[in-house]
Amino acid sequence: MKFKFGIKEVVALGIGTALFVVLTTVQIPLVIVPNTALQPRMAILAFFSAVFGPLVGAGIGFIGHWLGDAIFYGSVWWSWVFPEIIVGAGIGAFFKKYAVEEGGFNKGKSIVLFLLTEIVSNAIAWILLAPVLDIIIFKEPVNKVFVQGLFAFLGNAIIIGVLGTVLLIVYSKIVGTSSNLKAED
Amino acid sequence: MSKMISYEKKNTPVHKLSGFTKLIFFILWCLTSALTFDTRVLFTMIAIGVVIYIIADVKWQQVGGIFIAVMIFMVINLVCIFFFSPYEGCKIYGSRTDIVHLFGDYTLTKQQLFYELNVFVKYFAVLPSVFIFLVTTDPSELASSINGIGVPYTIAYALEITLRYIPDIQDEFHKIKNAQEARGIEMSSKGKLFDRIKNTAIIIFPLLFSTMERIGVVSNAMELRGFGKKKKRTWYSKKPLKAADIAVIAFSVGFFVLTMFITYMDGSRFYNPFI
Repeated sequence: MKFKFGIKEVVALGIGTALFVVLTTVQIPLVIVPNTALQPRMAILAFFSAVFGPLVGAGIGFIGHWLGDAIFYGSVWWSWVFPEIIVGAGIGAFFKKYAVEEGGFNKGKSIVLFLLTEIVSNAIAWILLAPVLDIIIFKEPVNKVFVQGLFAFLGNAIIIGVLGTVLLIVYSKIVGTSSNLKAED
Repeated sequence: MSKMISYEKKNTPVHKLSGFTKLIFFILWCLTSALTFDTRVLFTMIAIGVVIYIIADVKWQQVGGIFIAVMIFMVINLVCIFFFSPYEGCKIYGSRTDIVHLFGDYTLTKQQLFYELNVFVKYFAVLPSVFIFLVTTDPSELASSINGIGVPYTIAYALEITLRYIPDIQDEFHKIKNAQEARGIEMSSKGKLFDRIKNTAIIIFPLLFSTMERIGVVSNAMELRGFGKKKKRTWYSKKPLKAADIAVIAFSVGFFVLTMFITYMDGSRFYNPFI
């Protein structure tokens, strides 16, 4: 598969990442597990992936996560930066099927597909990749990182599933029907 | 809202280095700290980090808040490690020296303490590179340096756009947040989980729509100016490499090779004082 990476994608990657970074500080804490919280920025990542495709999604995930962490916390937890690429690319994989900007994201079929890819890519990223990287890089205890990964998966799957889906449905509805103009011959 | 780390214009040797040099240093430093678990190497890295802070004229007010935040984060993390696996250190170092029995199955051992100290130091060793890179590199130079290490310039330019628009979007975010708060919708930690998600959504919606509009405006403007027509691109803010740059790059590469050699010399990435 070949994906277009034109001017619009460049700008979407740039400004989308900026939005992702700004929302880094917006967190809905889950008190149960330390250092994990519901992150509304993940819904933004899912939104841009679904609208602009896997390359933009992967880019926003990777650059946004490390830049956001670096700017606000002064350090980067690399083992949690790389899984973000999987999330962005995974959700963006079927972006043509959603046709968000043409108002296509309103049928049950596209919503189910979105939720399915969202859950699968989050599972691969947080239950599999992040803990394995934590073990390789930081040699953290196996049971700890998998419990953390599981909660990160739940948190991200929930926030993307709820907030991300709503953002896409509403945006698709508004943008897809906003124009009454027709092209003249 | 927490304070952001951003570029500050100063006239120190570190500021004068090319962004390309600092990027190479940043990447190698992160790689080194990720790969090694050798206590001696980690402490050397911290010492070098302190020296760089002094040369770059970094003030405690700039870093203090972050250090404390990272410290709290790490303490929680270390306590977690202990509760999940109190004998991880014994497994790694292959011996066990009890210090004091705590309760149930939890005994504090020297090996565990040493292992957790290493995790702690390892995390702190990354800090200087990230911080120095962000504080001493002009954002407009960043894109040229990333392009310099072989990343396509479209991606580098996207990063430049990101840094350019973070303050704008942040401004807008505050405006929308204040406006919604005036209407009684707040993003506090009160209320049920779904109410909180809903309130967050009410603030994110307008922000997302204006962002999408902005993407349209900026990409049209760039299209009019013929962005992306050529394979290559020059950068106005690119600094040529000087002798100091070459020296720093040589040092970074040398340090990386040396640490890898010291770390893996005895076949294990851990420094084991318990033999």
